[in-house]
Amino acid sequence: MTATADTLRATTPPGPGGRPGGRAVTVRVGPVSARFRWRSVVVPVVALAVVVLLAAVGLGRGDYPIGTVDVLRTLVGAGTDAHRFVVLELRAPRTLVGVLVGLALGTAGALFQTFARNPLASPDVLGITQGASVGAVAAIVLGGGGSAGALLDGLGVPLAALLGALVWGALLFVLAWRSGLDGFRLVLVGIALWTTGTALTDWLLTRAEIYDAAAAYVWITGSLNARTWDQATQLAVALAVLLPLALAAGRVLGVLQFGDDTARGLGVRLARAQAAVVVVAVLLVAAAVAAAGPIAFVALVVPQIAVRLTGGSRPPLLASGLLGAALVTAADLLTRTVLPEALPVGILTAAVGAPYLLWLLVRGRRTPA
Amino acid sequence: MTTSTSEAPVHEPPPAPAVRLAAEDLRLAYDDRVVVDGLDLALTDGSFTAIVGPNGCGKSTLLRALGRLLRPAAGRVLLDGRSIARTPTREVARVLGLLPQTPVAPAGLTVADLVARGRHPHQSWLQQWSREDEAVVAEALAWTDMADLADRPVDELSGGQRQRAWISMALAQETDLLLLDEPTTYLDLSHQIDVLELVARLHAERGRTVVVVLHDLNLAARYAQRLVAMRDGVLVASGTPHEVLTERLLAEVFDLEARVVPDPVAGTPLVVPVRRLPRRGQDSERPSRQ
Repeated sequence: MTATADTLRATTPPGPGGRPGGRAVTVRVGPVSARFRWRSVVVPVVALAVVVLLAAVGLGRGDYPIGTVDVLRTLVGAGTDAHRFVVLELRAPRTLVGVLVGLALGTAGALFQTFARNPLASPDVLGITQGASVGAVAAIVLGGGGSAGALLDGLGVPLAALLGALVWGALLFVLAWRSGLDGFRLVLVGIALWTTGTALTDWLLTRAEIYDAAAAYVWITGSLNARTWDQATQLAVALAVLLPLALAAGRVLGVLQFGDDTARGLGVRLARAQAAVVVVAVLLVAAAVAAAGPIAFVALVVPQIAVRLTGGSRPPLLASGLLGAALVTAADLLTRTVLPEALPVGILTAAVGAPYLLWLLVRGRRTPA
Repeated sequence: MTTSTSEAPVHEPPPAPAVRLAAEDLRLAYDDRVVVDGLDLALTDGSFTAIVGPNGCGKSTLLRALGRLLRPAAGRVLLDGRSIARTPTREVARVLGLLPQTPVAPAGLTVADLVARGRHPHQSWLQQWSREDEAVVAEALAWTDMADLADRPVDELSGGQRQRAWISMALAQETDLLLLDEPTTYLDLSHQIDVLELVARLHAERGRTVVVVLHDLNLAARYAQRLVAMRDGVLVASGTPHEVLTERLLAEVFDLEARVVPDPVAGTPLVVPVRRLPRRGQDSERPSRQ
């Protein structure tokens, strides 16, 4: 942020933005102006530092251990050839996919929860990840046999998952739309779709060969094993488009939170704004799930953690994304170091995220959605 | 409470004030159920109008249509002579502000942030917090006497304080017109007066054109210059409180036998109910949507 001393200043209470978000900073450069809370700047910066550190530690772990300092040196282009090969070719895709998936899921969760004014509104609960599971499990189980199988085989598991997520997302949108989107209705329709997806997945699993079923089960849990640069690049491209759109939606989200009449009274084109928010969120989830499977709890828990860390009245988008990245990276690191190698990362995100949320709920008295 | 507004005379409007907001042959319906039919209304610049009527008469529905929240089934609403449905909603939001009945603020939102959101129609992607925004919000907080509560979460305020906060936000929106849907609901009498005094000051001191839906006829008569009485979706009477609040009209519109005496404080009509009259027409108990 380029700001000179007189354009960057802190407002002290009782000016706008005192408690409970910390002091506010106003930035004005020419015609551009914006206002932040200190904590909504500090939390993402710290989260980013944590992500880099965890990723560096993670990149050093494996059959050929490399020190964290050497990893960082390699990342900025100063490492040995051997280090470069191990870090950049073998391990970086996995780590990068983890970071990007966390970023996408955290941001999508914040979009959904703010929009629906409901902390339960996450892609896990709204059935989008179950849609992806249906696609992926169908590809794994039916792949190879019959014409449908051949088609699914041709798609491959990630594309089938992407397709499943998009189909379920579209169903959610169409079924919940009634000349506008109501958050409560969105959650109810989502829960129905979630159940449908789970039933379909279970049905496919009962038909599956045992080897396929095991593979499908690992996918359903969400795993970062054996990611490639191709997957990392595709996900990075998707996020390069979607994240700016999500952040651009942030301004209107603050008003959408008020309820339909107030939002429209403030000049928001309601149907268009709602559609934009939900479509961006569904696409973020679809991209993330296609890359790593439905890593549980990130989109549900992280925005709630983020809003408690930053203060304010709604889950912050950037902080939610970066904390999501930190959670997934940390979970991945733990599964590969402390815990048995084969454990999928999704188990740990749930195991770490859920108790932390409980602790926050017990400790805090407010429950912002 | 014998303060400012009580002395405010029911002044005659200056010669031919412009019509700011008008309804033309308006028909409003929820799905197939027609709530308002064939309604014409013109609200002039600087006027203070209260819409009154029994539950379910369509007064809140009318207000929603005037605020472009409800698309008319037939007829149209004109804002400054231009169809409100064809005017970009953001442009409307810079001229017309509205306060829904019992609006909900997200948990944890501070009063200052609530009021700041009133600037939304004046802001853009690049310009999210201009000096003007800051000045207007600070002024709105001070003017509504909310500056001391600026950093308190809205959901921790009392009902009366909360309504002040919302009015402060409407003030920060800087619109010439302000529509309020039963702003005194759930408030005790002294807070009802407090809120209506604030609205009256918005009208008198800030020159706002005010339309308010009110249940309390005596308060409506006290504060508004003009009453619009509705029954079953039809505009029955419109005029000064003295013209509208007659014993005959109370019987016709509210099925109420009542005496109308001069308000000993303001001189406006004061309704003293006697008893409820037998229901007139079978659909006077139609379900309310307010």
